[in-house]
Amino acid sequence: MMLQAAPNPLMKVENLVVEYSVGGKTIHAVSDVSLEIARGETLGLVGESGCGKSTLGRAVLQLRQAVSGKVLFDGHDLTTLKGEALRQMRRRVQLIFQDPIASLNPRRRIGDIVAEPLVIAGVKDPDERRRRVAEVLSAVGLDPTLVSGRLPHEFSGGQCQRICIARSLVLNPEFVICDEPVSALDVSIRAQILNLLEEMKARYGLTLLFIAHDLAVVKAVSDRVAVMYLGRLCEVGPSEQLFARPAHPYTALLIEAIPVPDPDVRPTQSVPVGEPPSPIAPPSGCRFRTRCPRADARCASEVPELRLVATGQFAACHHPLI
Amino acid sequence: MTSALLSVENAVVDLPTPRGNLRAVDHVDLAVGAGRTLGIVGESGCGKTMLSRAVLQLLPKKAKLSGRVMFDGQDLTKLSAEKLRKLRGRSLAVVFQDPMTSLNPVLTIGTQLIETIQEHLELDLAQARQRSIELLAAVGIPAPEQRLAQYPHQLSGGMRQRVAIAVALSCEPQLLIADEPTTALDVTIQAQILDLLAREQQRRHMAMIIITHDLGVVAGRTDEVAVMYAGRVVERAPTPALFKQMRMPYTEALLAALPKLDVAPHTPLPAISGRPPDPTRPLKGCSFSPRCRYSAERCASEKPQLCSAETPEHLYACFHPIAARVGA
Ligand SMILES: Nc1ncnc2c1ncn2[C@@H]1O[C@H](COP(=O)(O)OP(=O)(O)OP(=O)(O)O)[C@@H](O)[C@H]1O
Ligand code: SF4
Ligand code: SF4
Ligand SMILES: [Mg+2]
Repeated sequence: MMLQAAPNPLMKVENLVVEYSVGGKTIHAVSDVSLEIARGETLGLVGESGCGKSTLGRAVLQLRQAVSGKVLFDGHDLTTLKGEALRQMRRRVQLIFQDPIASLNPRRRIGDIVAEPLVIAGVKDPDERRRRVAEVLSAVGLDPTLVSGRLPHEFSGGQCQRICIARSLVLNPEFVICDEPVSALDVSIRAQILNLLEEMKARYGLTLLFIAHDLAVVKAVSDRVAVMYLGRLCEVGPSEQLFARPAHPYTALLIEAIPVPDPDVRPTQSVPVGEPPSPIAPPSGCRFRTRCPRADARCASEVPELRLVATGQFAACHHPLI
Repeated sequence: MTSALLSVENAVVDLPTPRGNLRAVDHVDLAVGAGRTLGIVGESGCGKTMLSRAVLQLLPKKAKLSGRVMFDGQDLTKLSAEKLRKLRGRSLAVVFQDPMTSLNPVLTIGTQLIETIQEHLELDLAQARQRSIELLAAVGIPAPEQRLAQYPHQLSGGMRQRVAIAVALSCEPQLLIADEPTTALDVTIQAQILDLLAREQQRRHMAMIIITHDLGVVAGRTDEVAVMYAGRVVERAPTPALFKQMRMPYTEALLAALPKLDVAPHTPLPAISGRPPDPTRPLKGCSFSPRCRYSAERCASEKPQLCSAETPEHLYACFHPIAARVGA
């Protein structure tokens, strides 16, 4: 498939399949997903709850084993690496979670929480650890002398997310997966954290996979956006272009459904009733066809492949909008 | 507004905490008339849920409420527990963020609907059952008859919220309070649920209060908006007037901080620095002053009261409101 983002992508996911087995049934969480992320790029990943965004992120990090497919990081297939080799590679890839408060150990001090990846990576010198923790805490806008000795419950959600970001950056990773990093935060704090992520990206030369269900949030930080529905990719393309001219009916539906803070824009009443079907028995052919206004017989029988629809823009649809 | 169905007058809610008194709601006045929709916007902890609980008389036991809550001519703060229970579910209904707050996980959807209907309306079983089916159909649930036998956990989040709305509507309430009804739902489902609420509100000529942190949700779907910050209403206006000319710097900042689809990627967002004040340590002056870019001397020492802009319906609490500054 031609999903070329750059000649030498830092991260390349090939035909990834991830399944869960629950009560004898198989959940098709990620089905045949391929993606590329260029060095220095931010790829946004959007889709409704349960469509497999987090599963994809976890499988990329090898926190969840894939059924098949490859995850090539800087040319190395993470799915076949083991032991020390995998550990070495994983230091270069970090994850930031949605719920900042829950992802911090409530009994440990902030200084120790942020130092933990250094300890695991074998940085033995306590002065060296202290120096690097102080450096990264300052970078995320916290005063190391004030916060290092305190416990997570003394901090607000936004501050906890800053601490999580500091922890994820302390090993100087190259690639960071942000899984809904601002969903749990208030509007006024959300903007602070999004700006911080952008600053950190520039400062540490990061490549980001930015997962969220909010399209406007994704657009604010992403160079390209990938849209996912029920375990499959629907569309990938440059952010501005994708939002201006979506090719996949599901992308169009998502854009239309966003509440606009302008009373002159009457909310559309055209959003079709219907909800994502079960990932246990996804619809045949195109998985979106049960909610798609353009669906026909072919959509039920043939899985649409991602095809080039415009420069850099790919859509998996038999009857694309462009 | 004398004809208001609900009016909250000078409401104060105090909660004792180990850190001292927490004033969750601080001298709030609000009103909503039949057939009208009021949006209450604010971030977490600003007091919007406590305010709605004060209206419903469902405050935590330790909480102290003063002021009046006039509903359909009676002061709810003076009613007996028994009278209140009758009123809630009958004339006063509520939909919560998490539909499971109002649904019972061990009862079928049919049982819950039928019991609610029979508790408040004089209908026999067959009539109540028929009405339940009609309600489920009205809220967009396919195959409503079959659904009566299902349990809440067998439905998706969006379907559950529809059922919770059906339960809330079952006794033809005069006022529906929807507290973050779509925050836990996906955008496509969120739009459907908001459409549904708007349609039923119109059809039944209900009064409705939508509580949300999202200015986008209130923009197209309310008649009036009240913005809360640190327990107080800091701006209140008819929705079009508010969006046309925000007067209070916090409202403006809240709107500016939202990521927008028509802005190019990697444009820094105009964030609001800092965070809301500790509610157990109220500030002497304007609660927004530590974060406000227009803050001046007076803001830190004196509390701005709500006063009206060019129209009496548009109120704001600020010494240096936005339009007045332009050209000054
Ligand atoms: N540990 C697990 N065991 C079984 N099923 C799971 C597990 N984790 C996820 N799933 C299922 O896999 C599918 C994809 O879930 P995933 O968490 O990846 O979605 P998501 O897009 O991240 O959703 P959200 O937006 O809600 O975070 C869903 O149907 C989910 O219920
Ligand atoms: S393939 Fe068919 S069902 Fe799927 S999105 Fe395209 S038109 Fe709709
Ligand atoms: S009173 Fe002062 S600090 Fe408060 S919002 Fe107005 S200008 Fe800002
Ligand atoms: Mg997730």
